Amino acid sequence: MKIAIVKYNAGNVQSVLYALQRLGIDAVVTGDAEEILKADKVIFPGVGHAGSAMEYLQKHHLDKLIISLKQPVLGICLGLQLMCNWSEEGNTKCLGIFNVNVKKFDNSILKNKRAHFKIPHMGWNNIYGLKSPLFGGVKENSFVYFVHSYYAEQSPETIATTDYIVPFSAAIHRDNFYGVQFHTEKSADTGIQIISNFLKLA
Amino acid sequence: MLAKRIIPCLDINNGRTVKGVNFVNIRDAGDPVELAMYYSREGADELVFLDITATVEKRKTLVELVKKVAAQINIPFTVGGGIASVENAFELLQNGADKISINSAAFKNPALIKEMADEFGSQCVVLAIDTKKEADGKWYVYLNGGRVKTEMTALDWAKQAVASGAGEILLTSMNNDGTKDGFAEKITSLISKEISVPIIASGGAGNMQHFADIFQNANADAALAATVFHYKEIEIPVLKQFLSDKKVNVRL
Repeated sequence: MKIAIVKYNAGNVQSVLYALQRLGIDAVVTGDAEEILKADKVIFPGVGHAGSAMEYLQKHHLDKLIISLKQPVLGICLGLQLMCNWSEEGNTKCLGIFNVNVKKFDNSILKNKRAHFKIPHMGWNNIYGLKSPLFGGVKENSFVYFVHSYYAEQSPETIATTDYIVPFSAAIHRDNFYGVQFHTEKSADTGIQIISNFLKLA
Repeated sequence: MLAKRIIPCLDINNGRTVKGVNFVNIRDAGDPVELAMYYSREGADELVFLDITATVEKRKTLVELVKKVAAQINIPFTVGGGIASVENAFELLQNGADKISINSAAFKNPALIKEMADEFGSQCVVLAIDTKKEADGKWYVYLNGGRVKTEMTALDWAKQAVASGAGEILLTSMNNDGTKDGFAEKITSLISKEISVPIIASGGAGNMQHFADIFQNANADAALAATVFHYKEIEIPVLKQFLSDKKVNVRL
């Protein structure tokens, strides 16, 4: 099986590579259109700023390439956000694969409550409402690891939800495209399960 | 619900862990990779590696260590100890570290926080503060491993650092560190209330109730300890069950 990890200016792909290696899978990290197109699965990771990431993707014609992919694609963290319509981060028009917008967490709406919600949303939180083969063998309310200040809104395409200030899309699915807001590669055994489920998708 | 995090801290000198006894199931407790894997299996939520090596070889051994740890564990980890530039941080992040902890270098050059946040995002930037309560009742920032006093209070520095882009504060109370009398609740609580980013409390853990107290009384987002874990005075699965029974939300 050929796995391509999309190489662009956002973040650290080393952890994703290591996670795949632990599953005995070799992957290529590449920004080359040919290589991405011929891969069986594509992983679109990312940690960084939506605006500068989209600029880079457009400049290198990776935006249209990603939208055109027919094999299973998994966006992780910023990868998921870039697959949405629009992001409040830098008022950025994104790839528009998922019909949702990405907003910044706003804890001011909870000012009068006792709980003090920190931003970024950092740490282990539960995923629920799991509805996709991506979560085969994963229990409702399993803990996964998040680090983010922006979130994709809830939509009919949501396949997992997490509550933080508001309920948001922890994972989204449309056709061959999947996105997870949490870091599968840092989410202990649950993360490994989700990655291996993705690798089994047809 | 977001879980409170339990974080063992591993002090590293010349690529070896400094404190610790031999655990069952670990060949070599001095090997940071083995120890990291052990804590990961036990249910630690994150790890912090603090490099205290003073030699010029430091950087190379630390990068090698980060590579090995990242290849083996699947929970997040932070690396700190003498990181003074964006280049230093970049090398560690590229090799698999999730976050970089900066301390004295950031105080001496506050622009470093913004530079790192702009380059890698705030979520990668942990500001470590060593603080000590003086006779005047104020908590002052100390540098260079607690050897140099400054005139800045921990709260002012934390606020300034968060405004510059720090994504998390690791607060160590020098008054509490090593005492095993519990974490510094008041200063942790004060800073936690005043800043918008998560706060990790450090220094003073002696028993399981101390962890419950720092989460429930001081609203810490995470608690860090070294000795009690390394000497197996507290085992992480037992601690987490204890916290869960006390209605602290933890990842079991």
